[in-house]
Amino acid sequence: MILDWLLPVLISAALALALAGAFKRASLWRAGQPESVNLLAGLMAMPRRYLVDLHHVVERDKYMSNTHVATAGGFVLSMLLIILVHLFGLESRWLAWALLASSVLMFTGAVFVFKRRLNPPSRLSKGPWMRLPKSLLMFSVSFFILTLPAAGILPDAFGGWVLALVLLVGVAWGLSELVFGMTWGGPMKHAFAGALHLAFHRRPERFNGGRSTGLKPVDLQARVLGVEKPTDFKWNQLLGFDACVQCGKCEAVCPAYAAGQPLNPKKLIQDMVIGLAGGTDAKFAGSPYPGVELGHAVGGPGQTITEGLVNSDTLWSCTTCRACVEECPMMIEHVDAIVDMRRFLTMEKGNTPNKGAEILENLIATDNPNGFDPAGRMNWAADQNLPLMADVKQAEVLFWVSDGAFDMRSQRILRAFVKVLKAAGVDFAVLGDEERDSGDVARRLGDDATFQSLAKRNIAVLSKYRFKRIVTTDPHAFHVLKNEYGDFYPNGKGGDYEVLHHTTFINELVQQGRLQLDAFKGGTVTYHDPCYLGRYNGEYDSPRDLLKALGIELAEMERSGFRSRCCGGGGGAPITDIPGERRIADMRMEDARAVGAELVAVGCQQCTAMLEGVVEPRPVIKDIVELVSEALIERAPAPKAARVAEVMS
Amino acid sequence: MSSDLNIVALVSIGQHPKSGRARRAEQDARAVELGLRLAGERVQVLHAGDAADESLRQYAGMGLKSLRILQQSADADAVVALGDYLNEHRPDVVLTGVRAESGESSGMAPYLLAEKLGWPLVTRIADIVSIENGEAQILQALPRGQRRAIQVRLPFVASVDMAATAGRQSAYGPGRRAQLEAMPWVETADSERTQWQHAPARKRPKRLKKVKATTAAERFKAATAKSQGTGGRIIKDQPAVEQAQAIFDLLLEEGVIR
Repeated sequence: MILDWLLPVLISAALALALAGAFKRASLWRAGQPESVNLLAGLMAMPRRYLVDLHHVVERDKYMSNTHVATAGGFVLSMLLIILVHLFGLESRWLAWALLASSVLMFTGAVFVFKRRLNPPSRLSKGPWMRLPKSLLMFSVSFFILTLPAAGILPDAFGGWVLALVLLVGVAWGLSELVFGMTWGGPMKHAFAGALHLAFHRRPERFNGGRSTGLKPVDLQARVLGVEKPTDFKWNQLLGFDACVQCGKCEAVCPAYAAGQPLNPKKLIQDMVIGLAGGTDAKFAGSPYPGVELGHAVGGPGQTITEGLVNSDTLWSCTTCRACVEECPMMIEHVDAIVDMRRFLTMEKGNTPNKGAEILENLIATDNPNGFDPAGRMNWAADQNLPLMADVKQAEVLFWVSDGAFDMRSQRILRAFVKVLKAAGVDFAVLGDEERDSGDVARRLGDDATFQSLAKRNIAVLSKYRFKRIVTTDPHAFHVLKNEYGDFYPNGKGGDYEVLHHTTFINELVQQGRLQLDAFKGGTVTYHDPCYLGRYNGEYDSPRDLLKALGIELAEMERSGFRSRCCGGGGGAPITDIPGERRIADMRMEDARAVGAELVAVGCQQCTAMLEGVVEPRPVIKDIVELVSEALIERAPAPKAARVAEVMS
Repeated sequence: MSSDLNIVALVSIGQHPKSGRARRAEQDARAVELGLRLAGERVQVLHAGDAADESLRQYAGMGLKSLRILQQSADADAVVALGDYLNEHRPDVVLTGVRAESGESSGMAPYLLAEKLGWPLVTRIADIVSIENGEAQILQALPRGQRRAIQVRLPFVASVDMAATAGRQSAYGPGRRAQLEAMPWVETADSERTQWQHAPARKRPKRLKKVKATTAAERFKAATAKSQGTGGRIIKDQPAVEQAQAIFDLLLEEGVIR
């Protein structure tokens, strides 16, 4: 039979082509900037990363997870067995039966892929992706039939010319899609690039249940600051873009996309792929950036990204809420890429939109974003008699006040926190006028030079005093202090202290019985997870425990916990203010209204400002510490008297 | 606009009103901005002072390839050095701020320079509309957003008002890479200033306005009301022709119509 000699030829040709494609693709990634990765350790860790870490993300969608296990597992097994049985011609009933079984497994998976594609949700890309289930079916069926003789079920020379020809077409189709299509840019590219992406991931800390959310510092002496051209990305970032499966999970959770701003994380990653390989977006088969027509984006490895490939408005729409990164089953780092490109726009082009330039200029001149007198940082606490670090030199807790000191609404949160600290008799102190903006906004706006300058000066101040913990009411400062300052400590690791969000700290006080709380009296309460507390730092429980301690039964919003929707206030988005069809804060308030909330508890002054900006009537917005301070049962003045005695002695 | 125009923008070290920190001066940044829009990268930015001053990089970050610095110590008279330099190089247009944010801050620099060069001085300009055939069309800024059109022959000195287009964002990278060409320059001690005595300024007590308003709306109105102009005529009962004529005359007088 003709297939007896043609099949091995086809298989080896497909494998050879795949290998050639792999080298070609790898050369595209290698055009990126060097980044040292432990290649061997990465490759060794890859199977575990794939089977455990990645599977955890995919498993959130049970249907797709089971489908993928069957399809991919069936395919990998089949391919190995095909090489043994049909290429090397190993004559073993056992192998043939195993191959039959694996192709049945693959076929079953492919049927479910097919079903999902009958009426696909809008987040999925169409185009070549609609062809994939058919290719999968074709591959599994063809090899199933081809293997029947080897398994001894059918005689060697069954069928005839017609069947042989049909099978030949099926095999050729299947092999080209699934084997060399993998390295030549078809839908199956995700398997090849994805596996390597997992092995050479830029944030290996994310695997094994870890977390890595701090932005990487810019080398300020570099030839060009930030990313101008696709080749300015690190090589493994380029590889990461290629891993995208276009599932659109990111699109479905992106607040900017939902608000009709010109950003779609999936499209952005695909534009980066266009950038690294060259071409246009005419063939992109998913949802475009809202309000931007497809077909006009042109790019190449050596071309400036913001001149033709991606409009800068797209980059400035992002709130850096990390919802896309959290959802991405391929663990692609969208936010890193966006901030890298913003860095070029701000530090090389001087082109931060709207209020961006003014805010950055203020940060440089006054260390706070609104240009207030840096000597007025403690005015909010004129009547609070707070111990200053400069006087006491050491304390158990350093209360990081943050720029909320200058904002009248945030001052209410700060005062509430001070009341709680005093009630629990915590030994704390503040930096006063020595404190500066944490640098969060400057960094998200792409001005890493200003961020680094602020960070280094803050670190110099922090290093003067002795304390065990920093507690702050601002999740942005919390994140930056906890995860991003380490790079700028002389030891490269960080200070000898713990950084806590105030909800974590207060919860601890309550657990220790240092605070007596009355029960909350009021209507339905829901809790809005701040992105920089939740997704950035994994703190979902303390705020909820605290609310529970107040006797509050939370009415959880559909998008809560790690799926919380951004308030629209992160990443400098209120400053760059890119127009959309809706406001993100309004959409978030709709979420709260949908569960009948009369009060939205938050843990972030930025969220408070954004949500309170929603037109009334709407639920009341309160920081958790405000709720705690209202419910506080102030103890007898015993601890206070003790303190006075201490001072007197 | 002729492309071989030789424009010099003079810059000083500014001072933030709240933090007192050195920065690019707001008016000088506007002068550089105007220069950049008129002559592109060929605008020459000149400073008399210390080339090591980091805030000069903030001007450079506006997109300048280089900055020229006449090296001067702190107690030298910058006007003399600048005047000598400009006399030697004779540019077409010299742009300055109205008043420096630090130092003496007397606002005299443009006057003294114009006098020394023997050139006309246009104060508080908002924009240079065009420069053709050796003549510039300038908009001078007047209070309350009014503008006066002025024609002046090259060369001239102009001080740039806050009403001019704000200086573009300063980018860190280009600012870092720009060349600061420090030139050793003759220093002339500021003989007047050495005799001065310095004392910190005292805040003058402000007379509180007695607000008679009882509602928020009235208070808002009182706070935002424009100062009433003096002069003018009220024409109420005269015939329409006379009223129209009065308006026409005023428009002619103000130069709105010609």
